Amino acid sequence: MSQSNEAREAVGDYKAGWHDPENSTIRFDFGLSEKVVRDISELKNEPEWMTEMRLKAYRHFTERPMPTWGNTEILEGIDFDNVCYFLRSSDETGESWDDVPEDIRNTFERLGIPEAEQKWLSGVTAQYESETVYHSIREDLEKQGVIFLDMDSGLREHEDIVKQYFGTVVPHSDNKFSALNTAVWSGGSFIYVPKGVSVEMPVQAYFRINAKNMGQFERTLIIADEGSSIHYVEGCTAPTYSTDSLHSAVVELIALPGAHIRYTTVQNWSTNVYNLVTKRGVAHENSKIEWVDGNIGSKLTMKYPAVILKGEGSHAEVISVAYAGEGQHQDAGAKVHHIASNTTSNILSKSISKDGGRGSYRGMAKVMPKAENCRMNIVCDALILDEGSRSDTYPTMEVGNASAHCEHEASVSKVGDEQLFYLMSRGHTEAEALGMIVNGFFEPFTKELPMEYAVELNKLMALEMEGSIG
Amino acid sequence: MSDENPILNIIDLQVGIDGNQILKGIDIKIPSGEIHAIMGRNGSGKTTTANVIMGHPSYEVEGGDVLLEGESILEMEPWERSRAGVFLSFQYPQAVPGLQVGNFLRKSVGSVRGDDAARGSTFREELKSAMSKLNMPPSFLSRYVNDGFSGGEKKRFEVLQMMLLRPRLAVLDETDSGLDIDGIRTVAEGINDVVRGTDNGALIITHYSRILEHVRPDRIHVMIGGKIVTSGGPGLATLLEENGYDWLEQRVAEGEEFE
Repeated sequence: MSQSNEAREAVGDYKAGWHDPENSTIRFDFGLSEKVVRDISELKNEPEWMTEMRLKAYRHFTERPMPTWGNTEILEGIDFDNVCYFLRSSDETGESWDDVPEDIRNTFERLGIPEAEQKWLSGVTAQYESETVYHSIREDLEKQGVIFLDMDSGLREHEDIVKQYFGTVVPHSDNKFSALNTAVWSGGSFIYVPKGVSVEMPVQAYFRINAKNMGQFERTLIIADEGSSIHYVEGCTAPTYSTDSLHSAVVELIALPGAHIRYTTVQNWSTNVYNLVTKRGVAHENSKIEWVDGNIGSKLTMKYPAVILKGEGSHAEVISVAYAGEGQHQDAGAKVHHIASNTTSNILSKSISKDGGRGSYRGMAKVMPKAENCRMNIVCDALILDEGSRSDTYPTMEVGNASAHCEHEASVSKVGDEQLFYLMSRGHTEAEALGMIVNGFFEPFTKELPMEYAVELNKLMALEMEGSIG
Repeated sequence: MSDENPILNIIDLQVGIDGNQILKGIDIKIPSGEIHAIMGRNGSGKTTTANVIMGHPSYEVEGGDVLLEGESILEMEPWERSRAGVFLSFQYPQAVPGLQVGNFLRKSVGSVRGDDAARGSTFREELKSAMSKLNMPPSFLSRYVNDGFSGGEKKRFEVLQMMLLRPRLAVLDETDSGLDIDGIRTVAEGINDVVRGTDNGALIITHYSRILEHVRPDRIHVMIGGKIVTSGGPGLATLLEENGYDWLEQRVAEGEEFE
């Protein structure tokens, strides 16, 4: 398959794997201590309540044991003392790309962000290491009162809103990594959409880790007020290093009555990044929260986007796909709690494992005793591409109310020789044929993405199918 | 050159699978512009012949050769054969959920005939015309390849692909089975479209003579037990239909020839 190898060499195994020289203006020493936490807070000139919250979270982090579930073997490999917890690479957040330091601007240009911004986005933030280096929002939205800022600016400029909601959906004590994030968070997005405002085009945040052994701990808070709607898209990449980086984010969504939040992620971290993220939303009456979650990169991902259906008539949608290649474990899934009556949820999870990779679905769907007439539907499909690869499912359902209507379907399939032969007989190489099967398998996810992302993802998957066949 | 070389030349081909010999030395020569048919019972080796021409990885060629316009194709991968002009209409086309028909056709045309053929309006016009010949609605393009297709839809989709890929050699493995009379006529028109009036060739594999009434093959080969027991003109199909394979086998054993 020399053709495939040539193609792969030409493009590189991992397209986003280059790195810039590190030109940091502030760089903390490796390791975590109470002082590091205080220094971050002081550097950002934060109000005291935030400093206190950070310290409390830090203490919880140090006391809390590592999770005893998931891939504990890989988790134990995290060396918290060998992580840089804060790195500032630009002294200000630019509102024009010209204000962004040149090497960083080049990076985002190579990733196609400024171009996408002009074509199809309502607003963009670009985070490089610990902080946002670029930020923009369309003027008309700003006039309607839409707030789209990086989290640090959000706290400075809208302290009252942040104080009201921060940590209410994902408390610091939720898990070890939410504690870590709360202690050392930096960057991320803060969004508030006022009553009745619909943001038609998506807003996008792009997260880039550049430095070695970096820890990125962004914190995102999105509040959609009554009857409003917003689509938030995030992408992430990092250089390929032989040592590991840590990405541990917390995302909190609040959909007030009748609001609609869609949160789309295409995560393509390099395979030396631990991706341990807590994402959760609270849905009030007749609101809707959708997580569209794609996990392609990282060494280990543990992420289970969650929705608390707190208001009657609210709806949750979680569509996730995961690709686990060599040395990767994607432990992903979804969590839905039906607390109020007449709430509905759909979970669709699809995973592909190849070259010894492992894809796991871990799900928790719960109907509380007082929640009447709830419906949930869970579908998990796995596609295994070769012998040594692995897929497993850990579904949990707790149904406390007999009126609930629950469905769960799971399937595991392998790519058949006849299927490959059929496609090859139409002039497609084995790698191309496999790419078609894989992209077809992901199609229910891809069709939910903005077109530009869908095209990019298809290319990415086709590339993943190159090389190792034969 | 195609003037000198037949489109397809199968020479003493012996093929096995899992150690069992299925084809015991067959010879078929299809000159440029001709349509041939292989008839035979289930298990006589017809589908094996089709699969080996396309390069199915499960079969082992134990002897003989398959030449496309004078060049052996046995060492080529299936996609290389496809790009060289071989097409197989499958007896059981495979479903690929999530892969849209329109997308797939464009990619296939691009792979086989080159990117120019797959470009913009040229491709769209050609696609539209082929689909209307086969009575396929435009909505077909947004469905997933063979996913949830009825038997008839699968067969027509195979013919559509054949028409768009414009093969030098089209092999049709029981494309007529399970079709009603209108379906058979449509498939036959597709085959005629690709071969008649061109210097291409086709090999039709079938149980029944019905499709042959519409295609009028130049030559018919009868396969029994992994061998071509006899070959003849279009009349052979009618004889077979009327008298059956047992009768034919006996005649052949008695030394009769059907020209």
